[in-house]
Amino acid sequence: MMRRRVEIVCSHAYYSCIKIGIYTTWWKAGMAEESVKLLGYWASPFALRVHWALKLKGVLYEYMEEDLPNKSTLLLRYNPVHKKIPVLVHNDKPLAESLLIIEYIDEVWKQNPLLPDDPYERAKARFWVKFFDEKCASEIMAAFSSKGKEQEKAAIARENLKTLESALQGKPFFGGETIGFLDIAVGWIGIWARIVEEIVDVNLIDAETMPLLIDWSKKFLEVPIIKASIPPWDKLLEHNKGFHKILTVAST
Amino acid sequence: MAKSDVKVLGAWPSPFVMRPRIALNIKSVDYEFLQETFGSKSELLLKSNPVHKKIPVLIHGDKPVCESLIIVEYIDEVWSSAPSILPSNPYDRATARFWASYVDEKLFPSMKEIVSADGEEAKKAAIQVVVDGLVLLEDAYAKCSKGGKFFGGEQIGYLDIAFGSYVGWLRVTEKFNQVKLLDEAKTPGLVKWAEAFCAHPAVKDVMPETDKLAEFAKVLAKARAAPPPK
Repeated sequence: MMRRRVEIVCSHAYYSCIKIGIYTTWWKAGMAEESVKLLGYWASPFALRVHWALKLKGVLYEYMEEDLPNKSTLLLRYNPVHKKIPVLVHNDKPLAESLLIIEYIDEVWKQNPLLPDDPYERAKARFWVKFFDEKCASEIMAAFSSKGKEQEKAAIARENLKTLESALQGKPFFGGETIGFLDIAVGWIGIWARIVEEIVDVNLIDAETMPLLIDWSKKFLEVPIIKASIPPWDKLLEHNKGFHKILTVAST
Repeated sequence: MAKSDVKVLGAWPSPFVMRPRIALNIKSVDYEFLQETFGSKSELLLKSNPVHKKIPVLIHGDKPVCESLIIVEYIDEVWSSAPSILPSNPYDRATARFWASYVDEKLFPSMKEIVSADGEEAKKAAIQVVVDGLVLLEDAYAKCSKGGKFFGGEQIGYLDIAFGSYVGWLRVTEKFNQVKLLDEAKTPGLVKWAEAFCAHPAVKDVMPETDKLAEFAKVLAKARAAPPPK
């Protein structure tokens, strides 16, 4: 299958294209033309998960950047319940919630399967993805946003990340020899945890107690398709510093 | 499969525990229901779910599966012959999962807010949040049911199980607060659906009677108000 990627936006014009509002990446998928759109935000780890899933599958899609916090009428129409990105629109049918979207992508486009075949392995992958969102990501967010409780929340996050590490079970990736559902659900932790650590001065991914998680994260972020979608570190740091200020003012 | 090959660790009042039981009933799979004693956790539970130490747990052979909706999907995939629990179409499946996630993450917490609301005004406001959520689900029901009795259409499915498992507790909340949550005026479809769901053969022996659940709710409230055991 031949893939041809035409990037309309070059790295130095990254932000002017965000202002224009449309950033389009086309992949030749070698299949019938379909309409696939992703509404997202450049700094969102949840949108990044969906980018990764689509790209791993080689799916043709149009990316539409939301100018958060000014939510577009399109977003409000496509996700009236939560009013959040990411939203996948497939042949005019909208889907919200990043993890549901990834399962949908896996079911519609069968190449490079993300979830295992075996029902028990699938249940384990879903279990750990849920654990990560509810017990790791949420605690990291709490450490980031609650003034005065940073160390307390970070300690909980660290403990839960250590539990998550056990799901690797000696494999290179959570998905085994190749990356899968759990890898792309969790993968942003390698970047965002470092950002939170720097801004809030906490320790989240501890080299001493989580060497396997660190190894996995390094390997994962070096996978070319994964690496190519990661937003620029300095822009992400700057953005999150601003975000942190807003959140901590709100919590006082 | 022998009955002892499939076990469900749980407790009768829990809406989450109802879910795998209904799913197994739909598939006509025999199972052993091992009830936890209220206030303590068995060795088997702690061994089978060391991460969360919570019910339900499905033990299939020697494999433990945790988290109620994950268990339901597992049951549907392992016992894959009809009737299906998840819809066959990927978009309908994603829609069912979306609303199941909504009931767990938004509706159930808003129901709990009614209990913890302090004062008349706060209670009224908390009730309104639940009603607003149910109105959204009424709309989802109209779309998902496609003219059938259930969210799953003619047969009960994933979203029926996910949302339906809360009907007992919705009724208890109505009883304690003298209010109609599932209301003929605002959610007529859901009123009919709730009756059909509770009367379904796969559900009726698993759904606790409202009065029994209300008694348990009082026991639960007392236990929560009491100081923790040493």
